[in-house]
Amino acid sequence: MLTRRNILAAGLAGGALPAWAQFRVEISGVGATQLPIAIPRFRDEDKVAQQVSAIVRADLERSGFFRPVDANGTAMDETARPAMGEWRGKGVDALAAGSVQRLADGRVDVRFKLWDVVKGTELGGQASAVDPADLRLAAHRIADYIYERLTGDKGVFSTRIAYVTRGGGRYTLRVADSDGEGAQVALNSPEPIISPAWSPDGRELAYVSFESQKAVIYAQEVMSGRRRPIANFRGSNSAPAWSPDGGTLAATLSREGGSQLFLLDRNGGNVRRLTTSQAIDTEPVFDLPDGKRVYFVSDRGGGPQVYRTSVGGGVERITFAGSYNISPAISPDGRTLAYISRQGNNFKLHTLDLATPGAQPVALTDTSDDESPSFAPNGKLIIYATRAGGRDVLMTTTLDGRIKARLVSTTADVREPTWGPYGR
Amino acid sequence: MTTTSKTHLPKIALAAFATAVLAGCSSVPLDENKAGAPVESRSTAGAGSTTPAQSTVTPVDVAKTDSTALSNLPRVVFFDFDSYVVKDEFRSTVEANAKVLTADRKKKVVIEGHTDERGGREYNLALGQKRAEAVARSLALLGAQSTQMEAVSFGKERPAVQGSDEAAWAKNRRAEMVYR
Repeated sequence: MLTRRNILAAGLAGGALPAWAQFRVEISGVGATQLPIAIPRFRDEDKVAQQVSAIVRADLERSGFFRPVDANGTAMDETARPAMGEWRGKGVDALAAGSVQRLADGRVDVRFKLWDVVKGTELGGQASAVDPADLRLAAHRIADYIYERLTGDKGVFSTRIAYVTRGGGRYTLRVADSDGEGAQVALNSPEPIISPAWSPDGRELAYVSFESQKAVIYAQEVMSGRRRPIANFRGSNSAPAWSPDGGTLAATLSREGGSQLFLLDRNGGNVRRLTTSQAIDTEPVFDLPDGKRVYFVSDRGGGPQVYRTSVGGGVERITFAGSYNISPAISPDGRTLAYISRQGNNFKLHTLDLATPGAQPVALTDTSDDESPSFAPNGKLIIYATRAGGRDVLMTTTLDGRIKARLVSTTADVREPTWGPYGR
Repeated sequence: MTTTSKTHLPKIALAAFATAVLAGCSSVPLDENKAGAPVESRSTAGAGSTTPAQSTVTPVDVAKTDSTALSNLPRVVFFDFDSYVVKDEFRSTVEANAKVLTADRKKKVVIEGHTDERGGREYNLALGQKRAEAVARSLALLGAQSTQMEAVSFGKERPAVQGSDEAAWAKNRRAEMVYR
């Protein structure tokens, strides 16, 4: 803790941006209904390490539901009595203002208030004292509050993502804020790391590491760094997926020959086979919200397609359009399948409405190397990896594909994103 | 490829000097840690089985080189696109490795399957596994015991060569036999 404070203090003295501010948000596309919101700079936010209002604005913009209106020339905080007529004149529907203040005990007091400019009413506000290391989290929580108050849906800005970077011959599993910033290293290895998956309680990451010259599944506690091998059988062990209750993992094991699906207890015990085929069965994901079924990829019909099965149950084919459909992800309500479909030489993120019989797949991107989709816990955004400008990058998209935000790394290739659950 | 395998038939009898020269054209440094492990040099060795250039310097990595007796054993099988069939042209490669395993039952080999860069990471991992298992089956048919072999996959994570054209892809669709 002391070291963290020292680093922050040093950053403040130099007036420098934190070294990890390597991502920025680029928005492309226009949503149908975007609420114009003004969020002037929080009073005294330049005296702490994070520009709180900028983080809030970027969060809201990335969601696709908001269009930030520039108000940085305005000096106001949560105690102001805004001139609603003037704000209406600027085309603003909602307004948030706040302040940041360092407390004697080292914490930072963050306050804000939200107004409905159209109705001229106050919608509420909050005050919280946080550790300086949690300032970004405080900003994301403000964005969550505004998002929920104005859309009725729960915000996901204070959740976390995990992803793998590759650079300088090393592979690094990182845990970052939902905007890709504030990344911290969870695992550093000279060998590839793939397929990270958050436990439903957000405390652990399961992943595949090749550090022992073969694919082995580990689970690692994010806070303590303690980790344990979950599956290290003869052959390859890969594609871990957690059941919604966190008690079971599904994985692809080759220990009995071929790549087949197995279920394991959360510590790797009680291994039982889930699929029996002569084909490749891999990339299992539990159905949501109840976890009773498992979606997976199999080439039992020729090319890889998404199928669905359950313990002791039959196997049902889910995707039909296209000859190569992989990497299924299920929305939290279980109604939408996101997956990667090959179209010619292009690999594109698609969604399929599972609740509507006969629904056709929808392509969400105009990129050609999409990988690894993962739903935000509110089901309103998908994060995925793709290639842009000769680099592996991460993108988020709204489910209609209209608003995309690029989480840009300037230093390394970024891949294998997975969106964590609510709460931390 | 076949020429390479013929040249090393009188293997053990080779003097240390000759071994060093042969290593110059066909040995693959078993540097599994680097994404660009120079496995592609194998095909060059097959094509140009003549004398190496005068200025050739062959690096030897002591920590990672196999025992001298195995240093010029062909160890890579290449596959066609979307295929797991061990082609006839690699029969001699498989036979040479089966001979090593049947001659010494204490010898163990890891067969590492690889794919080209196209497609998903996990699906490619399964494809690579299928290639590795195909080679393991071929070795088993020639007398190698299953306890001597482990088939694993690196999918598309460890390409032999960089590049996004058919020439690079063809060199990356492979299974490597690694003695540990």
